[in-house]
Order: sequence, then C-alpha cells, then structure tokens
Amino acid sequence: MMKKRNILSTTVLFVLFLLLPARVSAQVKFIDLTNPFLRKIPMAVPVFKAMGDSGDEARLVVEIADQVAAMLEFTGYFALLDRGAFLYDPKKGGITAADLKFANWTAVGAELLITGGVQFQDGALNLEMRLFDTVKASLLIGKRYNGRPDDQRTIVKRFCTEVIHLLTKNRGFFNSRIAFISTGNGHKELYVCEFDGTGVQQITQKKSITTTPDWSSDGRHMAFTSFARGAAQIYVHDLASGIETHFRYRGVQISPRWAPGRFELAATLSFAGDQEIYLLTGGGKMIKRLTQSPGIDVEPSWSPNGKRIAFVSKRAGTPQIYVKDLESGQTYRLTYQGRYNTQPSWSPKGDKIAYSSMENGQLDIYVIDIEGNHPIKLTHNQGDNEAPTWSPDGSLIAFSSTREGGSRIFVMTAFGTDQRRLLVLPGKQSHPRWSPNLTP
Amino acid sequence: MRRNIWLAMLLVFIVPAMLLTVSCAKKEMAVEEPVVQAAPEPVVQEPEPVVEEPSEEIGPSEEELREQARAAAEEAARQAALGAFTQQHILFAFDSSALTPAAQQILKIKAELMMANTGINATIEGHCDARGTEAYNIALGERRAEAAKTFLVDLGVDPRRLTTISYGEERLLELGNTEEAHEANRRCQFLID
Repeated sequence: MMKKRNILSTTVLFVLFLLLPARVSAQVKFIDLTNPFLRKIPMAVPVFKAMGDSGDEARLVVEIADQVAAMLEFTGYFALLDRGAFLYDPKKGGITAADLKFANWTAVGAELLITGGVQFQDGALNLEMRLFDTVKASLLIGKRYNGRPDDQRTIVKRFCTEVIHLLTKNRGFFNSRIAFISTGNGHKELYVCEFDGTGVQQITQKKSITTTPDWSSDGRHMAFTSFARGAAQIYVHDLASGIETHFRYRGVQISPRWAPGRFELAATLSFAGDQEIYLLTGGGKMIKRLTQSPGIDVEPSWSPNGKRIAFVSKRAGTPQIYVKDLESGQTYRLTYQGRYNTQPSWSPKGDKIAYSSMENGQLDIYVIDIEGNHPIKLTHNQGDNEAPTWSPDGSLIAFSSTREGGSRIFVMTAFGTDQRRLLVLPGKQSHPRWSPNLTP
Repeated sequence: MRRNIWLAMLLVFIVPAMLLTVSCAKKEMAVEEPVVQAAPEPVVQEPEPVVEEPSEEIGPSEEELREQARAAAEEAARQAALGAFTQQHILFAFDSSALTPAAQQILKIKAELMMANTGINATIEGHCDARGTEAYNIALGERRAEAAKTFLVDLGVDPRRLTTISYGEERLLELGNTEEAHEANRRCQFLID
C-alpha cells in the first residue's frame, strides 16, 4: 500500500502555472491566527470547467470541486458558499482572472474563489486550479497538475496544502492520518484512516484488547498496548511490512509514545515494582529511567523538540499532569484545577497541552498553557470526551466522545468550535492519534 | 487425621460464617445497597450413621466408612471454599488501591484457603470502573492487584503462588453508569490457576 502510493506520487508532475508576484503573498492576511476560527472566510468553489467533452470530465468537474471544497471546509477556516446562489455558469464562465467577473463573486459574499479546469485524456488527468481574492480581483495561486486518475486525491491535497500554506504559513494536515481503536469485529483492534475519516484500514487482527496507539515521527511504525498475550504489553508494528515485535518486561507495559524524530519511545513499565516512565529503543531495549517517584507515573507526551515530557502522576494524591525537563531533571506540576487530569497531549507548536479532566464523573477536554495558566474547557455537557490529539499543524483536535451513545471519534478546532463526528463505522471508536504530515 | 477433621469443620462452618460477617460489615459501611457476590451454599454431607453391630461380612469396615464420609465432606467443603475464593471479589474506593477493612477480611479467608491448599496457585486480576481513562486505569488496576498480593504474602502465602494482572477498565462486570455498577467494577477478582 505504502509502496504503491510512493510510485504513484512520483508520477504526479506539478508545474507552477503562473508564478506569483512575491508582493501578493506578503499582502495576504485573511486568517487571524490568534483565533482563526472566530470569523470563517466566505469561499466559493464552483463546479470546475471541463476542458474537453468526455463523460469522465463531466463527472470529474463536480467530483473534484466537491473534494477541494470538502477538504478546505474541514480545516474550519472557511465558510463554503452554496453553489445555488452563484451568478456563474461553469460551462460558459471562464476560470482565469481575465475571464472572471469578480463583482459577481463579491455580490454573493465570496472573499475567496477557487476555479478549476479538468482535462481527462488517454488515461492522463490534467488539472488546473486557481485561488482568487475576489475583493482585490487578484490571483493568489495558480497551479497545473498532470497525473493519472489514481492521483486525483493526491493532487487535490497538494493544491489545498498550497492554499493553506499561503493563508496560514504552515503546511496544514492534508498529508496526515489518524490511528484509532475500533470494536467493529467485536474486539478492540487498531485502525487507521485519512485525516478526514476516509480510507479506513484495519491494522491489527489480534482478537484481543488493543489500545493507546501512537505514530512514529516518520509514520512508519505504530506502537500500542495490547492484551493479546495476557497482560498489557507494548507492541511495535511496522506498517509497511506488518512485522510486529512486543516488549519483554514483567508487569504492565503502558502508553508508549514515540520520541520526536527518533526510533525511541517513552512508556510506563512496572518490572521494578513501581510504575515509572522509561526511555526505550523502538526494539524494546532499555535506555534509561525518566521518572523517579513512588506511585503511578503514566502517559508521557513529548514536547515537539523532544527535550521535555508531560506525564500523569499520582504523586500528590490525585492524577495530575506534570512536566519534566529531561536535561535538567526539573519537574513542575501543570494542573491544579480538578482531581483527575490525565491523557496529556503536547501541541505541535509546543505552547499548549490538551488533556482530559474528570468532574462529577464526566470527562471533558481542556487545553492549558505550558506554564500551567488558563485552563480552557473545550467540551461541555456532552457525555465523556477524552483522548485529545492534535493535527500536525495544531489547528484541530481529534478526541473520542460518548455524546451520541457509544464512543465515537470527533474533531474540533483547537478553540473548541466546529465539533463534528469524524467517521461512521460499526462498533465503538476510541483513542484517536493524529500522525505527523507524512510523505505520500 | 484429627487435623483434617478440624479443617473440614473450619471450612464447612466457619468460612460461611465469616462470609456472612463480611457481608454484614459491608452493609454497615455502604450507604447504598452493596453489591454482594452470592457465595454458593456449601454442600454439607452428614456422615452416614455408624453401624453399631459388628459384621462378619466382607465390606467396608466401620473405620473405612467413616473415612469415606469424612473425605466426602472434606471435598465438598473444599469445593465450596474454592468456589467462594473465586466468587468473592474485593472492592475499592474510586481512584484508590487501598484495602478496605472488608477487603482485608475477605483476603484473610483467601490466605487461609491458600495455605490449607498448598497445591493451588492463584491469579489476582485488578479492575477499575468505567469512569477514568484507560492507561491510568491499567496502572491503577495493577496497584490494586499488587496490594491484594502483598496482603496475602504478609499473611504467609508464598509469593511464587500468586500472579497479578491488570485489565484496567477493559473487563467491566457491571455495565451502566450507576454508582452501584462503578462500585462493583472497582475490584480484584481471584482465579485458581
């Protein structure tokens, strides 16, 4: 699967269609990054234009425009306008700045416009897509991509990444995936899907209890805890080959988390009698002990630079989140509000930690500054909400929620807005874990 | 031989009596109705009446009959005790692995049974209620199982005969989001290997 994707993506040639004047990108200031979701930017993505007259093109002009619209809408930055209101006929209207009547787009409220042209000929898919600022009547991005039909989604992802990069200065999350646990076959098994819940794949077939998955930085390995051999043990699974190893330590082996950029992970082991967090190689060899405190120490979460870990400790009597600097050994307590704070997840920018907090028997998701200030509750009165995980750009948080009955996976913005269900699958889904952006 | 009779008596009469005491103790402590695991009624087999007249016929002697009856009663008591061993769970407070007085009473009975039956080994399973988060609960379940193990070892059970395993919140006994269900789920279960 991975190999096939690699071969395919190399066949995608993408050509800068019109070079951007440097001043244009410097002027773009659509998204207020201090709270980008406060005001969604109205965006229009009309049906693309068929450049030839094949039946495939007639289908693709709708399908690809829908794909672009859905992908960008998923970010939470945009309000996609209803095509029914557009003063535009994709069959007659142009797709370039010279042929577009921008007044017709500002009239329907669009501030951004994406047009596209589709040519499908002799098994080759040629796509051109443009992003316009309708108010300034100017082209922001223009790209042409040549590929095969299989590359359609990859091309759409690349264009959408360009759009997000121009507007936010980061690479978004369109090349990321989400691992999760589902009970579809009656057992807790590991699955992965695309960032938007599509392309679901079952990874494990253990017919046991598998839980708390985590991606290595390169996306090649998955670590998780499974009861397949009786007690809770850590497994490392090579996604390309399916080869799997399990760690050999007495006692429990819980909550493995890959160190950023290294084939090493932090995890809780209890072989020495007390539950402590250790640093291990991906093969399970001991490197060193990271915590020194009697009582439960679990759920390490790495800072993006790999120099600190946040973790859960019961050292003060209740489970609370602590941060430890691995070089100096200094540890400070992060959470003081509430009596049950677990599942820390360090944001990709490094400035925040998301976690789960229990109040009156109900779990909700919070985000707190790395200094321990301003805990903000992101979910409210909707069942149990837990296991937060950040998208690689830090803009979204996936989590599990029982708001619809059984546990399901949901996504929201990092500010708690736009909460929606990620995917519909049989059984219960839990423990989402967002991957870094992966090279397709 | 005499020791065995005494042991049988102990198991037949005192064990259920202690179980009863434990149940009562629990009732006093819990405000809401506690979840009591019903122990099976021990099957008590009365020794058959001893035949007074001496008999010349070849058959089991008086001594042998008495011995058989004793063995049967003993075995029945043993089975009842083993049944109680696996069906009597010990319960914990929320987010705690501390042994309550009620739990300690139950563990004392289990310790006695293990010391009287040196041929058996046991597995202690630590479990949590559904409310916490999974990884933390696996750690908490292990501490519960280890607390029970330590208590049994302190009472004289050979640690090599005890295995612990934590299932966290993965194997709930009672589903539902009631306080009763949560209480029943915060437990150690005991299995005979």
